[in-house]
Amino acid sequence: MKARVFVTLKNGVLDPQGKAIANALHGLGFAGVGDVRQGKVIDIELAERDEARARATLKEMCEKLLANTVIEKYEIELQA
Amino acid sequence: MKSAVIVFPASNCDRDAATALKQLTGQTPHMVWHRDSELPQVDLVVLPGGFSYGDYLRCGAMASQSAIMRAIKAHADRGGAVLGICNGFQVLTEAHLLPGALMRNANLQFVCRPVALEVNETQSAFTRKYEHGQRVVFPVAHGDGNYFADDETLNRLEGEGRVALRYAPGQNPNGSARDIAGILNQKRNVLGLMPHPERVVDPLLGGTDGIKLFQGLLETLS
Repeated sequence: MKARVFVTLKNGVLDPQGKAIANALHGLGFAGVGDVRQGKVIDIELAERDEARARATLKEMCEKLLANTVIEKYEIELQA
Repeated sequence: MKSAVIVFPASNCDRDAATALKQLTGQTPHMVWHRDSELPQVDLVVLPGGFSYGDYLRCGAMASQSAIMRAIKAHADRGGAVLGICNGFQVLTEAHLLPGALMRNANLQFVCRPVALEVNETQSAFTRKYEHGQRVVFPVAHGDGNYFADDETLNRLEGEGRVALRYAPGQNPNGSARDIAGILNQKRNVLGLMPHPERVVDPLLGGTDGIKLFQGLLETLS
């Protein structure tokens, strides 16, 4: 089973990189660009075939390592 | 006073820390590889500056999972002193030995220069030789030193007198919340700070303001 984990900054946590990206997009002439937030995508291959168990394992991975929950939130997407 | 300096892959201030410790405590520290699972009998553990694991994932995230961290947590639980400098501070927050997190500097730039600080809290082995409000200059050298914690945590740190060091007014180099440069744990035996006291222990290095930090430890832990 393949999983994709999205790690992004929590709402309210300043994202200076996102801001710099927004400024660069404005500089390139893209009109109508508002707030930009950036984050990470982590693709993980799992031997597990049971979706519920895979989700539980991935949640534990996020809490222990993949995200720093002081500043980040995460979303898990499973692909068959 | 016996001490140990932890060496992670890509630590680069481990020898600076060892030199300062040897010079100021008279004893050569143990250099402990991060894969070791036991600490030698020591009073102080130093987590040095650097770029452990190339800052992969997040600064300090990989190092916080190293085998030696379990022994360091046990040492801290027993009341043993732990000093985390720069990357060492990042490792301590990732390991949950200190609250909060160190984020990318607000202006996105690596900052490498001497910075004026104020000693905000003298009730600790690390800061007892300084005067309250004393201004000191330590160098900083980091890209991710922007201290963040939620308001509740920040209020608790201030209420419990755990903000050991602040950047002097107008000197905050990284956007840290409430100008925080260094914090203590609840038991006051763990200090994490972004500036480098071990780089200002000899006039030849451009300053001596860091000496008192090591003297305080030496007096308390000997």
